[in-house]
Amino acid sequence: MKISNKGSLRNMNKDKFRKLMLGSKDKEGILKMTLIYLLLISIGFIYIYPILHMVSTSFMTLDDLLDSSINWIPSSLNLSNYMQAAKSMDFWKSFLQSVIIAGLPTLCNMFSCALIGYGLARFEFPFKKVILAIIIFSFILPDQITMIPTYVLYSNIGILGTIWGFILPAILGMGINAQIYILIFYYFFQQIPNALIEAAQVDGVGYFQSFLRVSIPSSVPAFITVGLFSFVWYWNNSYLTQMYVTGVLQESGWTTLVVQLKNFSSNYSEYAVTANTTITSLNESINMSGTVLSILPLLVLYLVFQKYFVESVDRSGITGE
Amino acid sequence: MKDITVQRAAKVKKEKNKVKRGQLSRRKAITGLIFVSPWIIGAILFLIYPLVTSFWYALNNIRITPIGKNFNFVGTGNFTQILLSDPEFIPHIVDYLVSTLISVPVINVFALMIAMMLNQRIKFKGPFRLIFFLPVIIVSGPVMGMLSAEGAVSVSALNAQAISGAISNFLPYYLAEPISDIFTNMIMILWYSGVQILIFLSGLQKIDKSMYEAAKIDGGSQWECFWKITLPNIKSLILLNCVYTVVYISGNESNAIIVLIQRAMFSGTKEKGYGYASAMAWVYSLVVVLIVLLFAGLIMGRKDVYERQAKKVRKQMKKDRRTARKIERRNARNARKFKKAEKKGKFTSYEDFE
Repeated sequence: MKISNKGSLRNMNKDKFRKLMLGSKDKEGILKMTLIYLLLISIGFIYIYPILHMVSTSFMTLDDLLDSSINWIPSSLNLSNYMQAAKSMDFWKSFLQSVIIAGLPTLCNMFSCALIGYGLARFEFPFKKVILAIIIFSFILPDQITMIPTYVLYSNIGILGTIWGFILPAILGMGINAQIYILIFYYFFQQIPNALIEAAQVDGVGYFQSFLRVSIPSSVPAFITVGLFSFVWYWNNSYLTQMYVTGVLQESGWTTLVVQLKNFSSNYSEYAVTANTTITSLNESINMSGTVLSILPLLVLYLVFQKYFVESVDRSGITGE
Repeated sequence: MKDITVQRAAKVKKEKNKVKRGQLSRRKAITGLIFVSPWIIGAILFLIYPLVTSFWYALNNIRITPIGKNFNFVGTGNFTQILLSDPEFIPHIVDYLVSTLISVPVINVFALMIAMMLNQRIKFKGPFRLIFFLPVIIVSGPVMGMLSAEGAVSVSALNAQAISGAISNFLPYYLAEPISDIFTNMIMILWYSGVQILIFLSGLQKIDKSMYEAAKIDGGSQWECFWKITLPNIKSLILLNCVYTVVYISGNESNAIIVLIQRAMFSGTKEKGYGYASAMAWVYSLVVVLIVLLFAGLIMGRKDVYERQAKKVRKQMKKDRRTARKIERRNARNARKFKKAEKKGKFTSYEDFE
């Protein structure tokens, strides 16, 4: 309406301007793109806000915490919080045990889920559909319902408080979130062309050999994806870890970083009693240092293998059907 | 002599090579079962046996004595006690129910929005995906607990207090409480949507671009494109994401119920213990399964434009077939009539009949 009142030249410019801002059929407008960038950046900021807060607080001294003029950037790079948190968590021992507790079941998971996924993907046998249905249903079912009898079973056969409590279900394809891994492998092995496996069989290779020699080498990405996720989820699970491996009161010798973090305040006071030197009482900074320490290995893992994590969904074929 | 032996050897070989029909497929089936056998053993040992046993536990009051476990059959006693006289369980279940029913749609709508923004032609797509997926890696019960204890999960800039105050003025308490919870725990909601964003994103990328082009040529706006192309195409992914979200929330350690179950399990009091905790777990699992079924029904039960149109067309086709049959029958009848009349010699040609 307004445009029609102006001269034709300005009219043209205004039209062009409008097109530039709001976009045309084949090009997005600047206005829309700016809005999208703004939204994405602000949401991204909210996403990493807790992490930034955590890291910045973890470096603060007590004076920095109390000083209201210091909000984000600590006055000096103070590592004493980390030293104390690490000592109270018994960092190296917990770290090594975490790696074992998350790593061994992960290896078992990778092997057993690949086997099961291969069997489901490449062979026809009765009740296959039933098995797939049970796998999906058992994913929905909360762990708590099978937890108590499993606990009793473990205590009866004497593997409660040992790593076997995690390894045994993982070997049998029943580890934490194993259903997802089985489905990932199921999808992956379906993609391998039949001709490849038949060619191997013509050359006189048995079923199991062709699985080892042909199928596994051609599905390395699936193994990496499953391995990474399994590791991360075992690492982060403190509920079942406490239940089966470390014991609710940490009575067995095992411990993990996440479990240590869960009992951080009691651990810290224990440490404060045993260490004779005068150390500061538990404060926010030390809490945050402990949290950073417990997720640091995962952060490193994420940055190194980011490609596999982020592309995992595309690889898993969830969206393929 | 030699001939005969050769012949016999050939005969033996022939018999050996004779393969029964269906033997290969049977051998394949057996091999498949061998591959799956770890799962079958695992399912019996860690799924079916515990399910049956925990149901048996739920019907008993179990006391742990130095000699062993002391079972005392109480029937549905544990269940009635949980549902009628437990001061904690019912409020927790209601809390869980309301917060799940609200946060699952919020998380998924949010994830879809972010995924659609990332699906545009933007730069730095990789870093953004990296940021949005980061929480999936580091989030765990204790970490979340630590962060929320330090007040790091609510962004001070959002001013959650004012929002929740405004909400509680308009809505009844039982609704206002969970909704203002969403605003105060905004980061938790965001953090739980990492996997969903990626699932939606890869689904969006698989939609055929030519569909949008065709819609644009027909004059469809972006809004219409979203409802009529995008949503029907990712419907199954919405279901998948909802189920994933429910499962994630219910298995998460910041969920109060699973902590309650664990505490009941190791509680030394007379009425609690393994049996009581098992009954709790059964009630809880039932609630979770019902929520999943509810979402599945809501999403799959709703027919989109295409399904409605397809149904219409199918109905029309059925109708057409019926009329065609009707016409055929009438023709046959008329033909019979005509033949009869012809036999009687009343008329000789079709024109006469008319």
